[in-house]
Amino acid sequence: MPLPDLLRHSWALAAKDLRIEFRSRTAILSAVVFVVLAFVVFNFGRDPTAVPNVALAPSILWVTFTLAAILALNRAFNLELENQAFDGLLLAPIDRSSIYLGKLIANLVFVATFELIGVPLLILFFNLRLLPYLGPLALLIGLATLGFVAVGTLFSAMTVRTRFAELLLPVLLLPFMILPLSWGVQATVRLLAGRPLSEIAGWLNMLAVYDVVFVALALLLFPATVTE
Amino acid sequence: MRMLRAGRWISGVALALLAGVYVRVLAYTPVEASQGLAQKIFYLHVPAAIWAETAMVLVGLASIVYLFTKDPRLDRFAASSAEVGTIFCVIVLTTGPIWGKPIWGTWWTWDARLTLTLFLFLLYVGYLLLRSAVVDPATRARYAAVLGICGMCEVPFIHLSVYMFPTLHPMPIILQPGRPKLPGSMLTTWLLSLGVFTLFYVGFVVQRYALSYLREQLEAAAGAGGIGHA
Repeated sequence: MPLPDLLRHSWALAAKDLRIEFRSRTAILSAVVFVVLAFVVFNFGRDPTAVPNVALAPSILWVTFTLAAILALNRAFNLELENQAFDGLLLAPIDRSSIYLGKLIANLVFVATFELIGVPLLILFFNLRLLPYLGPLALLIGLATLGFVAVGTLFSAMTVRTRFAELLLPVLLLPFMILPLSWGVQATVRLLAGRPLSEIAGWLNMLAVYDVVFVALALLLFPATVTE
Repeated sequence: MRMLRAGRWISGVALALLAGVYVRVLAYTPVEASQGLAQKIFYLHVPAAIWAETAMVLVGLASIVYLFTKDPRLDRFAASSAEVGTIFCVIVLTTGPIWGKPIWGTWWTWDARLTLTLFLFLLYVGYLLLRSAVVDPATRARYAAVLGICGMCEVPFIHLSVYMFPTLHPMPIILQPGRPKLPGSMLTTWLLSLGVFTLFYVGFVVQRYALSYLREQLEAAAGAGGIGHA
């Protein structure tokens, strides 16, 4: 299928998901509340006299975003379970990869939304000096998010039709999230310590390679998860 | 069932040879100067680690071919290899701390290599859980293949990642550029041990493969009404 068609179909699918979300707004609101609650819980989960904000902030940021992303990913294919909507999608005369791409785009927009709300809140709550590094931090979060959402979208297409879907997705996905997460934490620690940007170039490269490999892999493998 | 018996024989022979290798390890291989007797565990730990990762790669390769050919034998092999890989991962994760206690003074540290081996183990567990959560055999095989391929692609990242973190773990001394940095007698012992572990892998996989074949026959017979519910 030619590329413009593929992109047009994926966008149509993503737009449908996002429209559903925009009209109800329940999922995104829950995700944002979850992020705020997680920040608060982390704040109480440390001794403020022993662990300074700046030492814990990278972990809070990444762990919260990872967990929130898992919650968001469970939702993507759940939408299609009602009224056998997924069968309708499979019958549509479009390439299977565009179904994956559409879901990936919708998930990315969804996760990016609560990350956009989460980062300023984290800076505010934990009094971080992050403003000069917002550009590199955004790049870092963007690359890591693309990596684990790409794998997560693929896996959620499988787990949604198994028993214990909500539990199985994190069990399968966390081993894949841990690598981008650990690179993200390492790079964020260096950003917060005011290290030169060249020190985080290695982590950014790894994230970019991870993204390329897993987005390509997921595009190739997705059709195998939906054959009826 | 001939295959099951063959697998048992291979594993039995491997067990006997392992005892032989350990006689050689304890009696005829020099004691390492700085680590003393603790280093002897290296002859179990490293071959098991090599097979724990290789098994994942084999799962991935079998899965790729499975998605093209849909040959159930490949799916059975991937499932068997994953189970055996899990066992080897357990061996790595138990022998490691036994060595770590006298040498590092702690059973476990959140060192890059240890943590990532733990994640390889969790990857295997996830793979086996996914298999048990899907009922339909064809769907199960496809899902497992997708996960197996992703797992295989993660192994190189795990490997690369180890070099990016500060680590306490000894650096590779055999699989490294240039000649192995250890005395010839140790290398011979180690190669013998690697051979024994290879036999173990083959023996276990053959047994496991035969078992899943038998189970499928049973399920098919039960599905056709040949065997009722007990």
